[in-house]
Amino acid sequence: MNVLKIATAGSVDDGKSTLIGRLLYDTKSLTDDKLEAIEEKSKQRGFDYLDFSLATDGLVAEREQGITIDVAHIYFSTRKKSFIIADTPGHIEYTRNMVTGASTAQASIVLIDARNGVVEQTYRHFFINNLLRIKDVVIAINKMDLVDFSEEKYNIIKGEIEYLASKSEYKNQNLTFIPLSALKGDNVVSASENMPWYKGETLMHHLERLDAEDVQEETQVRFPVQTVIRPKTEEYHDFRGYAGKIYGGDLEIGDEVSVLPSQTKSKIKSIHFFNEEFAKAKSGSSVTITLEDNVNVSRGDMLVKVAEEPTITKQINATICWMDKEPLQASQKYYIKHGVNDAQAKITQLNTIIKTDFSGKIENPSALELNQIGDIQLKLSKPLLVDAYNQNKSNGSFILINPKTNNTVGVGFIR
Amino acid sequence: MNQRTIQVDALESEAIFIFREVVAQFEKPVLLFSGGKDSITLVRLAQKAFYPAKIPFPLMHIDTGHNFPETIEFRDRLTQELGVELIVRNVQDNIDNGTVKEETGRYASRNMLQTETLLDAIEEFGFDACIGGARRDEEKARAKERIFSVRDDFGQWDEKNQRPEVFDMLNGKIDLGQNVRVFPISNWTELDVWSYIKKENIEIPSIYFAHKRNTFLRDGLIWSADDAVVFRDEEEEVVERMVRFRTVGDMSCTAAVLSHAVDIAKVVEEIRDSSISERGARIDDKRSEAAMEKRKQQGYF
Repeated sequence: MNVLKIATAGSVDDGKSTLIGRLLYDTKSLTDDKLEAIEEKSKQRGFDYLDFSLATDGLVAEREQGITIDVAHIYFSTRKKSFIIADTPGHIEYTRNMVTGASTAQASIVLIDARNGVVEQTYRHFFINNLLRIKDVVIAINKMDLVDFSEEKYNIIKGEIEYLASKSEYKNQNLTFIPLSALKGDNVVSASENMPWYKGETLMHHLERLDAEDVQEETQVRFPVQTVIRPKTEEYHDFRGYAGKIYGGDLEIGDEVSVLPSQTKSKIKSIHFFNEEFAKAKSGSSVTITLEDNVNVSRGDMLVKVAEEPTITKQINATICWMDKEPLQASQKYYIKHGVNDAQAKITQLNTIIKTDFSGKIENPSALELNQIGDIQLKLSKPLLVDAYNQNKSNGSFILINPKTNNTVGVGFIR
Repeated sequence: MNQRTIQVDALESEAIFIFREVVAQFEKPVLLFSGGKDSITLVRLAQKAFYPAKIPFPLMHIDTGHNFPETIEFRDRLTQELGVELIVRNVQDNIDNGTVKEETGRYASRNMLQTETLLDAIEEFGFDACIGGARRDEEKARAKERIFSVRDDFGQWDEKNQRPEVFDMLNGKIDLGQNVRVFPISNWTELDVWSYIKKENIEIPSIYFAHKRNTFLRDGLIWSADDAVVFRDEEEEVVERMVRFRTVGDMSCTAAVLSHAVDIAKVVEEIRDSSISERGARIDDKRSEAAMEKRKQQGYF
């Protein structure tokens, strides 16, 4: 059950749905009844081709308007691997939903229509992939059949993206360029005979080769306590376990740990998973831990290895992607949710709006509008235990919640 | 001490994380339990999330009155073994008090009627989080839903205005009267669920395994003829077939599939090779292209 999560991005009509449909079709992942439904609906609507967006656009409003409004999660597997593809919207007004889909992805496919080349939405999507620090990004140059499978066209687009990448501060990204035709199936699952000049892998080959663990950065152990387990039964009278998920590294019995924010030191006494005990637990495991000493630990506290402590701070500098219709303004108050911890937050400064084409910043704006990205400073009601996003993704990110509406209004990346 | 390492599978770890968030963020959660494979899987995951403590919330079954007897028997036994509270609310009560109207005719089903009973029960107990076993791979409207899906006090899903859900941070803040539907196994596929049941050696109701049953054919699907609640025309011929059920919904809208899978290993094999989707045997999804979306807007889980 090791799964690779992939996000797709691209502007309207550059063939995201067709590409996903092609992947499902060529890997024989579409069941007969679903394929029949697509065939029937495509015919009914008078289309020449099978309209695979009918399989992924699950809402009435999407099918009415012929656009993707919210993320659909699509599941398929080959003999080698299981995949979840987040089919995200291309329209600028639904950028927040694109961020929703991309935030959990280990890899990303950015589609470009070979006829149009790099457009404004490509900049935006490429920028968000960089902001999220998605390590493996495939630039899928689609509709090659409509530009006579031109190597020259491919090279021009490749050059433009490479130029963009050179301006990004994130340097650990693996960029892979694949010329393809989602409609005809060139280089998606089978290698294309129409582009003998392309010596690289097919898209499917590349995705199969990616390891879900490899594409994560190495980080220090962070164990935020979700809940304290106290059975209060005869058998487990004195049991006091700290339940949570390990982010970043391994925890082992005997490890010296620091309990934050109190900075009390103790050692790991036992590691439980259901009715078994283990000597060691790896990153990504949801386990329950007990400590040698009877220390005070509650939800929101964090166990870390001694000498690997994060920053304890009441002030945060962050890049934020704004997701609400009501703009962000300096001096407003929000809830901040950082991992499993909560606090109140006040925006002390709105420094800049960042242009997503990597062309610079707008200084001292008065507000940050829906789908804009900017740099802010926050003051917190209590100290949080944070890392920079480029050091640890889960401990370096947060969301802001509007206390009046309870809506998630922004996602932040700590600098 | 042994030197064993625990590396929990990503999907299992994600689901356990979600269960723990529910208990930490809500006052009164409940697990919606139908006796089907998905909710049975949820129960195992809930056990794991809080072990050695007991599952810290009740289970609730919205009983259509048209359930397979094997499922009800299984439900009662499981909850007794676990020592958890089981709440049962009956669709029949809503029919009797006139708040819903029983459908009639060929495709009559009580599946839609469950919504009213569910919403009543949520209000009665003041549940603020209802944990369900829906999966995104089941159906295209479900593929669009968040893990924490906010519903208003009419139980309505605002599908065009869902909260962004980034990384694994789950925002459970709601207004009074609202509730959240929580889907810990959103990212699992049908095959994942079966593989997990096999790996964990989890017991499931017998109707999931191939057995002989009196059946008849309609619209290319195989229906149980043993149960009076399934509408059958006189001329629809009853034949004994070797079948099993892939989903355990209301009997009136759940069709069987031909099968020889008598144990869990065979079931996994069969699902892996199947060219028909799971909900292909659920007539309630075929009412229109947007059947599921409409039901969810009205408060269905």
